[in-house]
Amino acid sequence: MTPKTPAVEKMNYEQAFAELERVIQALENDQPALEEALALFERGQALVKRCAGLLDEAELRVRRLGEGDFDLLTEDGEG
Amino acid sequence: MELPLPFPAPALTVSDLTRYLRQVLESDAILRDIWVAGEVSNLSRPASGHVYFTLKDAGAALRCVVWRMNAQRVRFNLVNGQAVEAHGYISLYERDGQYQLYIDALRPAGEGWLYQEFLRLKARLESEGLFDPARKRPLPAFPRRIGIVTSPTGAALQDMLNTLRRRYPLAEVILAPAAVQGDEAPPAITAALQGLLRVPGLDVILLARGGGSLEDLWAFNDEQVVRAVAASPLPVVTGIGHETDFTLCDFAADVRAPTPTAAAELVTPDAADLRYQLMECRARLKGWMSSLLGGERRRLTERTNRMNLLSPQRRIQDDRQRLDQLAGRAARSLYATLQLRRAHLDGNQQRLAALNPLAVLRRGYAVVYDAGGVIHSARAVQPGDDLTVQLADGRIQAQAQRIIPNADSGEKHDPKNTGG
Repeated sequence: MTPKTPAVEKMNYEQAFAELERVIQALENDQPALEEALALFERGQALVKRCAGLLDEAELRVRRLGEGDFDLLTEDGEG
Repeated sequence: MELPLPFPAPALTVSDLTRYLRQVLESDAILRDIWVAGEVSNLSRPASGHVYFTLKDAGAALRCVVWRMNAQRVRFNLVNGQAVEAHGYISLYERDGQYQLYIDALRPAGEGWLYQEFLRLKARLESEGLFDPARKRPLPAFPRRIGIVTSPTGAALQDMLNTLRRRYPLAEVILAPAAVQGDEAPPAITAALQGLLRVPGLDVILLARGGGSLEDLWAFNDEQVVRAVAASPLPVVTGIGHETDFTLCDFAADVRAPTPTAAAELVTPDAADLRYQLMECRARLKGWMSSLLGGERRRLTERTNRMNLLSPQRRIQDDRQRLDQLAGRAARSLYATLQLRRAHLDGNQQRLAALNPLAVLRRGYAVVYDAGGVIHSARAVQPGDDLTVQLADGRIQAQAQRIIPNADSGEKHDPKNTGG
């Protein structure tokens, strides 16, 4: 399961929360084997921490759409 | 020459006539419910709160009264020279003999026309399907980039930024500043909307403006602007004016919010809710974890028990138990043997005791010794001999005085037949 899971620290809130819900679903409904379940649990805890951290540390960023600053906006946008 | 005839009826008083005129005016269907356009002059606002002015145009003047209750509902600031449209009824102020317009509603001149224009454009765009509910798109649950089209200096922007900061500071705001009133507003708003569409990763657009008169908000009824809103590939949320204001942009938008603040609330989740959700998730994870571990622990215990039953350790314990049992049996059997032996020994001891001469002495017999040993015969003793008499519990030193043999006793007798 490791190759498809991006680093929790790089996730935005939406991604982290969506995965958190999937993790909980998987744990509650799929009855995974113990080892996998423990891995899922740890992942879930990391995701909760990530989400809470994002909420706690976030500061609203405001940028003004002006002339020629679109380059600035593309840095982490995915189009 | 004849004098003119006197009136056939008594003359009316001024009051009677005036009251009559008042009734005539007030019963006229047209005068009871009328819109009048003109320019405000002689504006007077006494402390009573009622408003008085004269409405005039090039050719005439009309005295007007706005009672305090109605004056409070006027949404714009009335000034001399202003062109207005007033609604009310015509009546007569009897003391001055002055007919007046009693106003219950006022609007800046042109609003009536604007409103008609509004309705016409609305009908046309509606028939094109621009306001079709099926066109409305859902808003993103977690917007990352929020575009805002509004005046960079207005209170609306600060209201929205404060709301976003409080509710969902995870977002990034891209402000596309635009004039929001006046002739330059429609092209500016359209350009700002289109500018935002070039921003990568934008999730939703807020189009907002603070409250104002119908004229102030007119840019949001501009056909070009409305079409730009309807054509936006991203969801647009409008927050224009106050609760009671509806613009065509509101109809074209995906969601209409009553105010700029409400628009900012609509496009964002509330961080407080999110924190609560997270707490729930954490609890579910923990709950699941403890139940999983509990279950595993039970299964492990059960397996352990089963394995213990099968283990060689168990057989060794069994053997040990058997060994204990055997040892016990051996011990018991040995004890029984010993008991039996002891019983035999006791029996022999009793028999031995029965044969002990001392036991005979206890029955009252005595043994008599002299220096030579046990005396078996009276004839072996001479008077004056020292004798020892042995009894069961002791000895007596004695001296023979007289010898009296039995008449029938011979010399020869069984030496074993002691006593007598």
